[in-house]
Amino acid sequence: MINTRRPSLIDAWVLAINRGLTNSWRMVHLGALLMVASLSPSTYPKSNRSTICRHIYSSTVSALPWFTAMTALISLVLIRVVVVTAQSYGLSQYALEMVVRVLVLELIPLSAAMFIALRGNVVFDEASSPPISHRLQPSGLGLKVVKPGHSELQCEWVPRVLASTFAVMALATVSSLMALVLAYLSVHGFSPWGLPGYTRTVGHVFDLAVTLGFCLKTLFFSLAVAIVPLAANLEVRDRMTTKTLQPGVVRLFLVLLCIEAASLSVKYI
Amino acid sequence: MPNPDKSQPEPLNESGVHPIEHIERKAALLLVAVASLVLAFLVYVMFARGVFESTQQLVLLSDDSEGVMVGMDLTFSGFPIGRVRRIELAADGKARMVIDVPRKDAHWLRTSSIFTMERGMVGDTRIRAFSGILTDPPLPENSERAVLRGDTNAEIPRIVASTRALLENLETMTGSESSINASLNNLRVATEKLNGRYGFLSFALGSEDKAKKIITLLDQTNTLLLKTDQRIYGANGVMDGTQASVAQLTALLAEARASLLKIDGVLAEAQVVATNARMASTDLGALRAEVESSLRKVGQLVNEVNRKWPFARDVELTLP
Repeated sequence: MINTRRPSLIDAWVLAINRGLTNSWRMVHLGALLMVASLSPSTYPKSNRSTICRHIYSSTVSALPWFTAMTALISLVLIRVVVVTAQSYGLSQYALEMVVRVLVLELIPLSAAMFIALRGNVVFDEASSPPISHRLQPSGLGLKVVKPGHSELQCEWVPRVLASTFAVMALATVSSLMALVLAYLSVHGFSPWGLPGYTRTVGHVFDLAVTLGFCLKTLFFSLAVAIVPLAANLEVRDRMTTKTLQPGVVRLFLVLLCIEAASLSVKYI
Repeated sequence: MPNPDKSQPEPLNESGVHPIEHIERKAALLLVAVASLVLAFLVYVMFARGVFESTQQLVLLSDDSEGVMVGMDLTFSGFPIGRVRRIELAADGKARMVIDVPRKDAHWLRTSSIFTMERGMVGDTRIRAFSGILTDPPLPENSERAVLRGDTNAEIPRIVASTRALLENLETMTGSESSINASLNNLRVATEKLNGRYGFLSFALGSEDKAKKIITLLDQTNTLLLKTDQRIYGANGVMDGTQASVAQLTALLAEARASLLKIDGVLAEAQVVATNARMASTDLGALRAEVESSLRKVGQLVNEVNRKWPFARDVELTLP
């Protein structure tokens, strides 16, 4: 006898929570696997080195000029707005500190992560996604994990993770330095006499806790950008149901939001 | 290996993408460049935090360290010359702010320097140093100085309390039953009296009847003064008689002066007589001494005669 009763709302909620927890656990597990493989010396034989270098170079060099130019333009506008507004209120001594905090500590790392995440040819390109044989297959209510082989993990996935991680860090570093230089030039021009005061302001902002938080946040952003879309691509069923959005985008944005919220909470609360 | 035929596209590799020449070298260069940037940024931040500076320590003591944060500047004439490294609670309950002062800036701090901590309405707390006499000896290392506090926010409750008391007083003063209102009413009544009949007299005495009595009294006084003037200063008045008496008195005084001159002459003569009498008294003393001497000699002579026969007597006493 075939049961034609439709599942209740509670069953749907339980199913969704179960699926979410399962997917999160698989994502964390895959991330751990990839990090262990990335830190393992056996991942870097001479035969695999060329693939890793190609991924790192192509993902970073293709994004770096555009992102740096875009960040410089937006930074220049923001710096000008903040400095002029602060001067009009007689608070110019706080303008530089605010610019550095807003741009370098908050906006640029997040922008770099989102820029790399939204680049289809790095993360969501069909060609860069793992082979179909390595994806998850549906099995009843859950998903059966089809684990990749050792060589596939090291030869195909780790280079992509390393490339995305390095690209986010490189973009964040270069753009942060560019924003610092632009902030100095906007306030002091090409005069070298403002350098001691500016250096002192930067020193005020980047104390030990803030510097550590900045580095950790950028690292977590880059890991999230590298791992979450890969984990999402492994879920065959999600790819089949999500037609208009690339897989893992919502989850990636949620993870980035959580990291940013945690960073702000630790820093300012 | 480069393709000799430029018109033909480069062959795809195993992954289906075009190969990049010297990919490992370029990737290594990229890695080194990014790593160098990260390292340079970290070194710059460390330099900005004063990690490479040689510093000396200064301890500021305060009752309250609210608003003071680690990393805050110590300024001198608006220039940062130190940085708060640690804030701790001392055994006596005071806040100890340990400040690192770079040795190149330490010469601005002298033994007579004063340190203040100011909290404004807007902005963070500021620690400032003032060195009035730059020729004083430099501040020794690990010196402990009390910091003078100026907290605008701390003054607000006191100002609010004072303002509230002031407003209550003002409300009391401006109420309908207030003293000021009563005074103003009294002033209004007084001005009405001043503007009314008899004016100031009515205001000072309280009623028009009393003012009228005063005016009558003044009239009577005027009449009396007129009569008195006639009796005193008029013809054959008191003043005429007084003037005649004064003239007679002047004549009498002149006569008295002449008499006194005569008395002076008599007294001078009496003084001469007295002088002569004193001298005579001195001579009488000498004469008396001579007479006494002569009498003593006569006495001695009579005694001598009495001891001679026939006037001699047996003066020996015989016992029975």
